[in-house]
Amino acid sequence: MADIKSIIGTQNKKGQTYTDTWKMMNEAPRTPSFYTGSEVIKEAIRRASCDVMIAYPITPQSEAAALIGELFAEGYIGDYFRGESEFAVMSQCAGAAFGGARVFTTTAGPGTMRAMENFPMWAGARLPIQMIVTCRGINSPLSIQPDTLEIAYLLSTGMLVWHAETAQDFFDWILKGYMVSEEPDVHLPLALCCDGFFVTHTKDVVNLTPADMCLPPYDPYRSPVPCMDMECPPVRMMRDPFVMKSNYISYATHASWQQEIWAAIERSRKHSIHWLNGLIDTENTDADIMIVASGTAVSQGREAIRLLEDEGVRCGLVKVKTLRPWPEEEIREATKNAKHIFVPEFNVTGWLAKEIKATIPNHERVHAGPHVCGGMTMPPEIIVSEIKTTLGMKSFSLAGRGS
Amino acid sequence: MSKERIQISEDLYDIMPSDYQDLVKSATYGKEDRGWKDIGSSKELIEQHSLCAGCPESMAFRYILASLPNPEDTVMVGSTGCTSLVFPMVAVHNIHSLFGNQNAIASGLKRALSVRFPDRVKDVVVLAGDGATVDIGLDMTLQAWFRQEKFTTICFDNELYANTGGQESGLMQKGFVAKMAPVGKLFDKVRLPEIARESGCHYVVNCTVSKPSLVEKVIRNAVHIAREIGPTYLQLYTPCILEIGKNSMEGLQEMRDSEKPTERFAYKEYVSEPAKQLLAELAAKDKERKAAAKQLAGQASA
Repeated sequence: MADIKSIIGTQNKKGQTYTDTWKMMNEAPRTPSFYTGSEVIKEAIRRASCDVMIAYPITPQSEAAALIGELFAEGYIGDYFRGESEFAVMSQCAGAAFGGARVFTTTAGPGTMRAMENFPMWAGARLPIQMIVTCRGINSPLSIQPDTLEIAYLLSTGMLVWHAETAQDFFDWILKGYMVSEEPDVHLPLALCCDGFFVTHTKDVVNLTPADMCLPPYDPYRSPVPCMDMECPPVRMMRDPFVMKSNYISYATHASWQQEIWAAIERSRKHSIHWLNGLIDTENTDADIMIVASGTAVSQGREAIRLLEDEGVRCGLVKVKTLRPWPEEEIREATKNAKHIFVPEFNVTGWLAKEIKATIPNHERVHAGPHVCGGMTMPPEIIVSEIKTTLGMKSFSLAGRGS
Repeated sequence: MSKERIQISEDLYDIMPSDYQDLVKSATYGKEDRGWKDIGSSKELIEQHSLCAGCPESMAFRYILASLPNPEDTVMVGSTGCTSLVFPMVAVHNIHSLFGNQNAIASGLKRALSVRFPDRVKDVVVLAGDGATVDIGLDMTLQAWFRQEKFTTICFDNELYANTGGQESGLMQKGFVAKMAPVGKLFDKVRLPEIARESGCHYVVNCTVSKPSLVEKVIRNAVHIAREIGPTYLQLYTPCILEIGKNSMEGLQEMRDSEKPTERFAYKEYVSEPAKQLLAELAAKDKERKAAAKQLAGQASA
């Protein structure tokens, strides 16, 4: 069994030093770099001590998946290959994780949907795979544009689901994500989502940790379930498989295992708070008007707040970082003074607004919108307009600009 | 895994389940010439099963587990179906995840084990039914072969979906009347052994499990070739006696009838050139080992 503490300070075959993750993320010097989101994913994985990455092309994650192939060619990753479909890729990821590897993959939109059967299986099998989801439209007719509807489907899989706003979030959370999902009392897969194109294809200044430091390797023997490598005694798991029994014990077993998955998500809360410095970020929580958002809608909300400030309207902000675990208490506390809560979203159904409505008292305060979808951008002006219209203030109508 | 790993602390011995005690005392982990003849004289790696009485699949399971050349470092991958009712009682690490993704799971697993244990042998063996292998999982079956993934794929071919109650499958014979084939199956049995050869498998066998010695031979060959060269495929007839209207004691005869030279499970084998060379080397080593053992025995008696 690997002793992680004794590995800290030693070097891997690329000459990177296995570094205590807290020190690496919080104390090591950072270098500002101007990168696209895809390049940032590559730089994070360079430092992540990944054993296996499995790739499949789908816009807008193809570039990131291919760049990680370059890392493999350079020797930073144990193994890498292109699978035949997202369903197969997610199963290949599962196989690698069952075999005790630290696994990474990326997908988007229709790929997420095609692979969906795998995700509750990952969670149920306690596989701490990390999957980047660069959200895009899943509707017909075919769309490759940004749209976050697929996240709604991930929320009930038993995976941890985080929603990054910026490339900087991405860089930090990929590395911190492994620390949370590999905790023995969590040991669950992580869907690390971002808004495709907006984050993946735009350049931003990102502060990178030193390239000669990397995460300590994954220790599969800290898993709460046996690693399938024949390095621990194989025992008969059960007298009769529960699948063929229709009796109370069988139902109770399945029920308790599902409850355990959701309890593990709850237990991830403390680790996520520790690593992400809280499940939400807030500004001006004493304001009457709050914007609650996740992903790039947070950035647009921040701009809207600035615009409103110019007009003398004070507005606060909640940035939701983790969707699973869901920051119920935090959101309740942050919105307790708000008379109006606006939830701008890049999807047609408004899943975040629904979650918030189910969380806070007096949920008539929640205004589900503005919504854009199908690749539409969300100019801060439409958030401003939505807020002003609700407050009964005169507002420019973007659609009526020509009249 | 070394054999020491399964030893029981003396203080805890009496509270361990008897099947585990037996496993430690008399299983054949690590025995170089293990095979079907150990059945009856040593602890089998299958504890029990909940298959139907007389199910040929249960025979196949016992022969295969007795014949794996390296069970102490073998991980098996199953799929949904009757096989998934047996795997929880098998003393080899095994994975069930979804229906049909077994060769994708095995691809990731084999690569992870190769990354983690670069200097050790870790065999991966897939064992799934014909629905999983040929219908829902065909894509992943073939793609693993195209990629030359180094593991063995075993298909228990019972020519229908047994576990869900006897529906038509791609490996069913043409004309057979079954659930979901109400007027008889309209197309031929899929010729997967030939497809396997064309897809890059280095060793392909189509046979029944009526003869344990034959099962032992093809399993050992398939695992050794997969370990050293590339993908291997075994298609084994394990008739579902329930769904073809046979009694418990009639499974063996059904297999014997189906393996006659003109029948669909007549023994067929394909071995690639590199695989032939490997088998010749293994046979030579085996001969050497036996001669040495004989010499040693001669010295001891002299």
